[in-house]
Amino acid sequence: MAIFSVYVVNKAGGLIYQLDHYAPRSETEKTFSFPLDLVLKLHDERVVVAFGQRDSIRVGHAILSINGVDVNGKYTADGKEVLEYLGNPANYPVSIRFGRPRLSSNEKLMLASMFHSLFAIGSQLSPELGSSGIEMLETDTFKLHCFQTLTGIKFVVLADPRQAGIESLLRKIYEIYSDFALKNPFYSLEMPIRCELFDQNLKLALEVAEKTGPFGPGS
Amino acid sequence: GCCNSCRRELFVLTYGALVAQLCKDYEKDEDVNKYLDRMGYDIGIRLVEDFLARSAVKKCRSYSETVDMIAQVAFKMYLGITPSVSRSNTTENEFFLILENNPLVDFVEELPAGRTSLCYCNILCGVIRGALEMVHLAAEVNFIQDRLKGDDFTEIGITFLKKLEDKKHKRNK
Repeated sequence: MAIFSVYVVNKAGGLIYQLDHYAPRSETEKTFSFPLDLVLKLHDERVVVAFGQRDSIRVGHAILSINGVDVNGKYTADGKEVLEYLGNPANYPVSIRFGRPRLSSNEKLMLASMFHSLFAIGSQLSPELGSSGIEMLETDTFKLHCFQTLTGIKFVVLADPRQAGIESLLRKIYEIYSDFALKNPFYSLEMPIRCELFDQNLKLALEVAEKTGPFGPGS
Repeated sequence: GCCNSCRRELFVLTYGALVAQLCKDYEKDEDVNKYLDRMGYDIGIRLVEDFLARSAVKKCRSYSETVDMIAQVAFKMYLGITPSVSRSNTTENEFFLILENNPLVDFVEELPAGRTSLCYCNILCGVIRGALEMVHLAAEVNFIQDRLKGDDFTEIGITFLKKLEDKKHKRNK
Protein backbone atom coordinates (compact mmCIF):
# COMPACT_ATOMS: atom_id res chain seq x y z
CA MET A 1 0.00 0.00 0.00
CA ALA A 2 1.97 2.99 -1.19
CA ILE A 3 -0.73 5.64 -1.03
CA PHE A 4 -1.51 6.33 2.58
CA SER A 5 -4.33 8.82 2.73
CA VAL A 6 -6.45 11.34 0.92
CA TYR A 7 -7.80 14.58 2.35
CA VAL A 8 -10.17 17.05 0.70
CA VAL A 9 -10.24 20.55 2.20
CA ASN A 10 -12.92 23.09 1.33
CA LYS A 11 -12.41 26.77 0.62
CA ALA A 12 -12.74 27.75 4.25
CA GLY A 13 -10.14 25.24 5.40
CA GLY A 14 -12.62 22.66 6.66
CA LEU A 15 -11.94 18.98 6.10
CA ILE A 16 -14.78 17.57 4.01
CA TYR A 17 -13.38 14.17 3.19
CA GLN A 18 -10.74 11.85 4.53
CA LEU A 19 -9.69 8.35 3.59
CA ASP A 20 -6.97 6.20 5.12
CA HIS A 21 -5.73 3.65 2.65
CA TYR A 22 -3.04 1.83 4.58
CA ALA A 23 -2.71 -0.93 7.09
CA PRO A 24 -0.52 0.18 9.94
CA ARG A 25 2.68 -1.76 9.72
CA SER A 26 3.50 -2.25 13.33
CA GLU A 27 0.58 -3.69 15.17
CA THR A 28 1.03 -6.48 17.63
CA GLU A 29 -1.57 -8.68 19.18
CA LYS A 30 -0.67 -10.77 22.18
CA THR A 31 -2.43 -12.76 24.86
CA PHE A 32 -1.69 -11.78 28.43
CA SER A 33 -2.36 -13.30 31.81
CA PHE A 34 -2.79 -11.38 35.06
CA PRO A 35 -0.91 -9.34 36.13
CA LEU A 36 0.00 -7.28 33.07
CA ASP A 37 3.73 -6.62 32.93
CA LEU A 38 3.26 -3.42 30.94
CA VAL A 39 2.69 -0.11 32.59
CA LEU A 40 -0.28 1.62 31.00
CA LYS A 41 -1.36 5.20 31.33
CA LEU A 42 -3.97 7.52 30.00
CA HIS A 43 -2.68 10.02 27.47
CA ASP A 44 -4.76 12.25 25.19
CA GLU A 45 -7.86 10.20 25.88
CA ARG A 46 -6.09 6.98 24.92
CA VAL A 47 -4.55 4.12 26.85
CA VAL A 48 -0.86 3.97 25.96
CA VAL A 49 2.16 1.98 27.06
CA ALA A 50 4.19 4.08 29.46
CA PHE A 51 6.83 1.52 30.38
CA GLY A 52 7.63 -2.12 29.94
CA GLN A 53 8.57 -2.21 26.30
CA ARG A 54 9.00 -5.75 25.08
CA ASP A 55 8.83 -7.74 21.87
CA SER A 56 7.33 -5.35 19.37
CA ILE A 57 5.22 -3.50 21.87
CA ARG A 58 6.79 -0.07 22.15
CA VAL A 59 6.41 2.77 24.57
CA GLY A 60 3.84 5.10 23.10
CA HIS A 61 1.81 2.37 21.47
CA ALA A 62 -1.86 2.57 22.22
CA ILE A 63 -4.33 -0.20 22.90
CA LEU A 64 -6.25 -0.65 19.66
CA SER A 65 -8.43 -3.59 20.53
CA ILE A 66 -9.19 -6.00 23.33
CA ASN A 67 -10.18 -9.57 22.51
CA GLY A 68 -10.67 -8.58 18.91
CA VAL A 69 -13.05 -5.75 19.61
CA ASP A 70 -11.84 -2.24 18.78
CA VAL A 71 -11.30 0.05 21.70
CA ASN A 72 -12.84 3.52 21.80
CA GLY A 73 -10.23 5.80 23.32
CA LYS A 74 -10.17 4.90 26.98
CA TYR A 75 -13.34 2.82 26.81
CA THR A 76 -13.98 -0.60 25.41
CA ALA A 77 -16.60 -0.94 22.73
CA ASP A 78 -19.24 -1.80 25.32
CA GLY A 79 -18.44 1.24 27.46
CA LYS A 80 -16.23 -0.17 30.17
CA GLU A 81 -13.10 1.71 31.15
CA VAL A 82 -10.08 -0.07 29.72
CA LEU A 83 -7.79 0.47 32.69
CA GLU A 84 -10.45 -0.77 35.06
CA TYR A 85 -11.11 -3.79 32.90
CA LEU A 86 -7.45 -4.69 32.74
CA GLY A 87 -7.10 -4.26 36.49
CA ASN A 88 -9.60 -7.05 37.13
CA PRO A 89 -8.00 -10.54 37.19
CA ALA A 90 -11.37 -12.08 36.30
CA ASN A 91 -11.08 -10.71 32.76
CA TYR A 92 -7.88 -12.62 32.04
CA PRO A 93 -6.46 -14.19 29.92
CA VAL A 94 -6.99 -11.28 27.55
CA SER A 95 -5.81 -10.63 24.02
CA ILE A 96 -4.69 -7.04 23.42
CA ARG A 97 -3.65 -5.43 20.18
CA PHE A 98 -1.12 -2.61 20.40
CA GLY A 99 -0.11 -0.20 17.70
CA ARG A 100 0.64 3.36 16.81
CA PRO A 101 -2.48 5.32 17.69
CA ARG A 102 -4.32 6.58 14.63
CA LEU A 103 -5.37 10.19 14.41
CA SER A 104 -8.88 10.82 15.64
CA SER A 105 -11.28 12.64 13.32
CA ASN A 106 -11.00 15.79 15.41
CA GLU A 107 -7.24 15.71 15.12
CA LYS A 108 -7.55 15.30 11.38
CA LEU A 109 -9.90 18.27 11.18
CA MET A 110 -7.44 20.42 13.08
CA LEU A 111 -4.48 19.33 11.03
CA ALA A 112 -6.31 19.98 7.78
CA SER A 113 -7.25 23.43 8.96
CA MET A 114 -3.65 24.09 9.96
CA PHE A 115 -2.41 22.92 6.61
CA HIS A 116 -4.88 25.23 4.92
CA SER A 117 -3.32 28.20 6.72
CA LEU A 118 0.22 27.04 6.10
CA PHE A 119 -0.50 26.45 2.45
CA ALA A 120 -0.70 30.16 1.82
CA ILE A 121 2.77 30.71 3.29
CA GLY A 122 4.17 29.13 0.14
CA SER A 123 2.92 31.97 -2.00
CA GLN A 124 3.81 34.61 0.56
CA LEU A 125 7.41 33.51 0.92
CA SER A 126 7.96 33.28 -2.80
CA PRO A 127 10.31 35.81 -4.39
CA GLU A 128 8.10 35.66 -7.47
CA LEU A 129 4.64 37.16 -7.77
CA GLY A 130 1.71 34.84 -8.22
CA SER A 131 3.38 31.76 -6.85
CA SER A 132 1.33 28.76 -5.92
CA GLY A 133 0.94 27.57 -2.36
CA ILE A 134 2.69 24.53 -0.89
CA GLU A 135 2.58 21.73 -3.44
CA MET A 136 4.69 19.17 -1.68
CA LEU A 137 5.80 18.43 1.83
CA GLU A 138 8.40 15.75 2.37
CA THR A 139 9.45 13.73 5.39
CA ASP A 140 11.54 10.59 5.62
CA THR A 141 8.47 8.35 5.69
CA PHE A 142 6.02 10.05 3.33
CA LYS A 143 5.44 12.80 0.80
CA LEU A 144 2.41 15.03 1.00
CA HIS A 145 1.15 16.30 -2.36
CA CYS A 146 -1.34 19.14 -2.55
CA PHE A 147 -3.34 20.39 -5.48
CA GLN A 148 -5.47 23.51 -5.12
CA THR A 149 -8.10 24.13 -7.78
CA LEU A 150 -8.85 27.56 -9.19
CA THR A 151 -11.97 27.54 -7.04
CA GLY A 152 -10.00 27.06 -3.82
CA ILE A 153 -10.58 23.40 -2.99
CA LYS A 154 -7.53 21.42 -1.97
CA PHE A 155 -6.90 17.77 -2.68
CA VAL A 156 -4.15 16.32 -0.51
CA VAL A 157 -2.57 12.90 -0.95
CA LEU A 158 -0.04 11.35 1.42
CA ALA A 159 2.05 8.67 -0.24
CA ASP A 160 5.28 6.75 -0.07
CA PRO A 161 8.14 9.04 -1.12
CA ARG A 162 8.95 6.71 -4.00
CA GLN A 163 5.41 6.58 -5.37
CA ALA A 164 5.08 8.23 -8.78
CA GLY A 165 2.03 9.44 -10.64
CA ILE A 166 0.53 11.41 -7.79
CA GLU A 167 0.11 14.54 -9.92
CA SER A 168 -2.20 12.72 -12.30
CA LEU A 169 -3.91 11.00 -9.37
CA LEU A 170 -4.73 14.42 -7.91
CA ARG A 171 -6.26 15.52 -11.22
CA LYS A 172 -8.22 12.27 -11.32
CA ILE A 173 -9.53 12.86 -7.81
CA TYR A 174 -10.68 16.32 -8.95
CA GLU A 175 -12.63 14.67 -11.77
CA ILE A 176 -14.13 12.14 -9.38
CA TYR A 177 -15.13 14.98 -7.05
CA SER A 178 -16.76 16.93 -9.88
CA ASP A 179 -18.65 13.81 -10.96
CA PHE A 180 -19.76 11.97 -7.87
CA ALA A 181 -19.94 14.73 -5.31
CA LEU A 182 -20.94 17.81 -7.30
CA LYS A 183 -23.29 16.15 -9.71
CA ASN A 184 -25.17 14.60 -6.84
CA PRO A 185 -27.99 17.14 -6.46
CA PHE A 186 -28.38 16.36 -2.78
CA TYR A 187 -24.77 17.10 -1.95
CA SER A 188 -24.33 20.64 -0.60
CA LEU A 189 -21.18 22.44 -1.59
CA GLU A 190 -18.49 22.81 1.06
CA MET A 191 -20.14 20.16 3.27
CA PRO A 192 -18.63 16.79 4.24
CA ILE A 193 -18.77 14.38 1.32
CA ARG A 194 -20.86 11.36 2.16
CA CYS A 195 -21.38 9.91 -1.29
CA GLU A 196 -20.95 6.16 -1.72
CA LEU A 197 -20.05 6.52 -5.39
CA PHE A 198 -17.33 9.02 -4.54
CA ASP A 199 -15.78 6.56 -2.06
CA GLN A 200 -15.90 3.66 -4.50
CA ASN A 201 -14.43 5.53 -7.43
CA LEU A 202 -11.75 7.13 -5.29
CA LYS A 203 -10.62 3.75 -3.94
CA LEU A 204 -10.53 2.43 -7.48
CA ALA A 205 -8.39 5.36 -8.59
CA LEU A 206 -5.98 4.79 -5.69
CA GLU A 207 -5.59 1.15 -6.64
CA VAL A 208 -4.90 2.04 -10.24
CA ALA A 209 -2.35 4.65 -9.20
CA GLU A 210 -0.57 2.22 -6.91
CA LYS A 211 -0.29 -0.41 -9.64
CA THR A 212 1.37 2.03 -12.02
CA GLY A 213 3.87 3.19 -9.44
CA PRO A 214 7.52 2.17 -9.24
CA PHE A 215 6.55 -0.89 -7.26
CA GLY A 216 4.85 -2.35 -10.27
CA PRO A 217 1.71 -4.47 -10.48
CA GLY A 218 1.17 -7.10 -7.87
CA SER A 219 3.00 -5.21 -5.12
CA GLY B 1 -23.22 9.89 -33.66
CA CYS B 2 -26.82 8.91 -33.19
CA CYS B 3 -26.46 8.54 -29.43
CA ASN B 4 -25.19 12.09 -29.07
CA SER B 5 -28.03 13.66 -30.99
CA CYS B 6 -30.59 11.68 -29.00
CA ARG B 7 -28.98 12.99 -25.84
CA ARG B 8 -29.16 16.53 -27.19
CA GLU B 9 -32.84 16.09 -28.09
CA LEU B 10 -33.60 14.93 -24.57
CA PHE B 11 -31.69 17.86 -23.12
CA VAL B 12 -33.43 20.42 -25.33
CA LEU B 13 -36.82 18.87 -24.61
CA THR B 14 -36.11 18.81 -20.88
CA TYR B 15 -35.14 22.45 -20.94
CA GLY B 16 -38.25 23.33 -22.89
CA ALA B 17 -40.42 21.45 -20.41
CA LEU B 18 -38.72 23.30 -17.59
CA VAL B 19 -39.43 26.72 -19.07
CA ALA B 20 -42.99 25.77 -19.95
CA GLN B 21 -43.63 24.62 -16.39
CA LEU B 22 -42.15 27.80 -14.94
CA CYS B 23 -44.45 29.78 -17.22
CA LYS B 24 -47.40 27.87 -15.82
CA ASP B 25 -46.22 28.43 -12.25
CA TYR B 26 -45.39 32.12 -12.53
CA GLU B 27 -47.43 34.81 -14.28
CA LYS B 28 -44.76 37.47 -14.46
CA ASP B 29 -41.92 37.15 -16.96
CA GLU B 30 -39.55 38.67 -14.39
CA ASP B 31 -40.25 35.76 -12.04
CA VAL B 32 -39.62 33.10 -14.67
CA ASN B 33 -36.43 34.87 -15.64
CA LYS B 34 -35.38 35.09 -12.02
CA TYR B 35 -35.90 31.38 -11.37
CA LEU B 36 -34.15 30.39 -14.56
CA ASP B 37 -31.21 32.53 -13.49
CA ARG B 38 -31.21 31.02 -10.02
CA MET B 39 -31.28 27.47 -11.37
CA GLY B 40 -28.50 28.39 -13.73
CA TYR B 41 -26.49 29.71 -10.81
CA ASP B 42 -26.85 26.42 -8.93
CA ILE B 43 -25.70 24.59 -12.04
CA GLY B 44 -22.83 27.00 -12.70
CA ILE B 45 -21.24 26.67 -9.27
CA ARG B 46 -20.96 22.92 -9.82
CA LEU B 47 -20.34 22.85 -13.54
CA VAL B 48 -17.30 25.07 -13.17
CA GLU B 49 -15.41 22.33 -11.32
CA ASP B 50 -16.28 19.81 -14.00
CA PHE B 51 -15.03 22.31 -16.58
CA LEU B 52 -11.78 23.00 -14.73
CA ALA B 53 -11.16 19.33 -13.99
CA ARG B 54 -11.71 18.19 -17.57
CA SER B 55 -10.23 21.06 -19.54
CA ALA B 56 -7.16 21.55 -17.30
CA VAL B 57 -6.99 25.17 -18.32
CA LYS B 58 -4.53 27.53 -16.73
CA LYS B 59 -5.66 30.44 -14.65
CA CYS B 60 -6.86 33.37 -16.73
CA ARG B 61 -4.94 36.59 -16.22
CA SER B 62 -7.44 39.10 -17.59
CA TYR B 63 -11.16 39.56 -18.02
CA SER B 64 -10.84 39.24 -21.77
CA GLU B 65 -8.93 35.97 -21.41
CA THR B 66 -11.71 34.75 -19.13
CA VAL B 67 -14.48 35.63 -21.57
CA ASP B 68 -12.55 34.01 -24.43
CA MET B 69 -12.26 30.88 -22.30
CA ILE B 70 -16.01 30.87 -21.69
CA ALA B 71 -16.86 31.34 -25.35
CA GLN B 72 -14.25 29.15 -26.99
CA VAL B 73 -13.78 26.34 -24.51
CA ALA B 74 -16.74 26.13 -22.16
CA PHE B 75 -19.56 26.83 -24.62
CA LYS B 76 -17.92 24.45 -27.05
CA MET B 77 -17.62 21.73 -24.44
CA TYR B 78 -21.16 21.90 -23.13
CA LEU B 79 -23.30 23.22 -25.96
CA GLY B 80 -21.16 22.56 -28.98
CA ILE B 81 -21.25 26.20 -30.10
CA THR B 82 -18.65 28.97 -30.10
CA PRO B 83 -20.12 32.42 -29.55
CA SER B 84 -18.07 35.32 -30.82
CA VAL B 85 -16.70 37.75 -28.28
CA SER B 86 -16.68 41.52 -28.40
CA ARG B 87 -15.94 44.22 -25.93
CA SER B 88 -17.83 47.36 -25.07
CA ASN B 89 -16.11 50.61 -26.01
CA THR B 90 -18.27 52.63 -23.67
CA THR B 91 -18.44 50.60 -20.45
CA GLU B 92 -15.37 49.33 -18.68
CA ASN B 93 -15.15 45.57 -18.13
CA GLU B 94 -18.22 44.83 -20.22
CA PHE B 95 -18.07 42.03 -22.78
CA PHE B 96 -20.56 40.50 -25.17
CA LEU B 97 -21.10 36.97 -26.38
CA ILE B 98 -22.96 36.76 -29.67
CA LEU B 99 -24.69 33.45 -30.18
CA GLU B 100 -25.12 32.62 -33.85
CA ASN B 101 -26.99 29.46 -33.10
CA ASN B 102 -28.14 27.98 -29.86
CA PRO B 103 -29.27 24.37 -29.45
CA LEU B 104 -31.60 25.32 -26.60
CA VAL B 105 -33.88 27.24 -28.96
CA ASP B 106 -33.65 24.91 -31.95
CA PHE B 107 -37.32 24.06 -31.69
CA VAL B 108 -38.65 27.37 -30.40
CA GLU B 109 -40.21 29.57 -33.07
CA GLU B 110 -41.25 32.53 -31.06
CA LEU B 111 -42.31 33.48 -27.58
CA PRO B 112 -45.96 32.96 -26.71
CA ALA B 113 -48.26 35.96 -26.59
CA GLY B 114 -48.03 37.85 -23.34
CA ARG B 115 -44.51 36.62 -22.71
CA THR B 116 -42.64 39.42 -24.41
CA SER B 117 -40.08 39.87 -21.64
CA LEU B 118 -39.31 36.21 -21.20
CA CYS B 119 -35.60 35.43 -21.51
CA TYR B 120 -35.99 31.86 -22.66
CA CYS B 121 -32.33 30.97 -22.18
CA ASN B 122 -31.84 32.88 -18.99
CA ILE B 123 -30.45 29.75 -17.38
CA LEU B 124 -27.25 30.42 -19.34
CA CYS B 125 -26.80 33.75 -17.59
CA GLY B 126 -27.06 32.08 -14.20
CA VAL B 127 -24.62 29.36 -15.21
CA ILE B 128 -22.01 31.91 -16.29
CA ARG B 129 -22.55 34.05 -13.20
CA GLY B 130 -22.26 31.06 -10.82
CA ALA B 131 -19.18 29.70 -12.53
CA LEU B 132 -17.41 33.07 -12.44
CA GLU B 133 -18.23 33.52 -8.77
CA MET B 134 -16.48 30.25 -7.93
CA VAL B 135 -13.27 31.55 -9.45
CA HIS B 136 -13.66 34.76 -7.48
CA LEU B 137 -14.97 36.99 -10.28
CA ALA B 138 -18.18 38.85 -9.60
CA ALA B 139 -20.17 39.67 -12.72
CA GLU B 140 -23.57 40.71 -13.92
CA VAL B 141 -24.74 38.53 -16.78
CA ASN B 142 -27.88 39.13 -18.81
CA PHE B 143 -29.35 38.97 -22.25
CA ILE B 144 -28.82 42.22 -24.10
CA GLN B 145 -30.55 41.12 -27.27
CA ASP B 146 -32.63 38.06 -28.06
CA ARG B 147 -33.70 36.83 -31.50
CA LEU B 148 -36.74 35.26 -29.88
CA LYS B 149 -37.86 38.73 -28.87
CA GLY B 150 -37.43 40.01 -32.37
CA ASP B 151 -33.91 41.43 -32.11
CA ASP B 152 -31.34 40.86 -34.81
CA PHE B 153 -28.91 38.96 -32.63
CA THR B 154 -28.85 36.93 -29.50
CA GLU B 155 -26.32 38.57 -27.27
CA ILE B 156 -25.28 37.93 -23.69
CA GLY B 157 -23.62 40.75 -21.77
CA ILE B 158 -21.03 40.02 -19.07
CA THR B 159 -20.04 42.97 -16.89
CA PHE B 160 -17.32 42.30 -14.38
CA LEU B 161 -17.80 43.98 -11.03
CA LYS B 162 -15.19 44.70 -8.37
CA LYS B 163 -13.13 41.53 -7.83
CA LEU B 164 -14.41 39.40 -4.95
CA GLU B 165 -11.81 39.57 -2.19
CA ASP B 166 -10.40 36.36 -0.84
CA LYS B 167 -9.80 35.87 2.83
CA LYS B 168 -6.70 37.70 3.90
CA HIS B 169 -4.11 34.97 3.50
CA LYS B 170 -5.15 33.56 0.19
CA ARG B 171 -3.50 35.69 -2.45
CA ASN B 172 -3.03 32.59 -4.52
CA LYS B 173 -6.09 31.03 -6.09
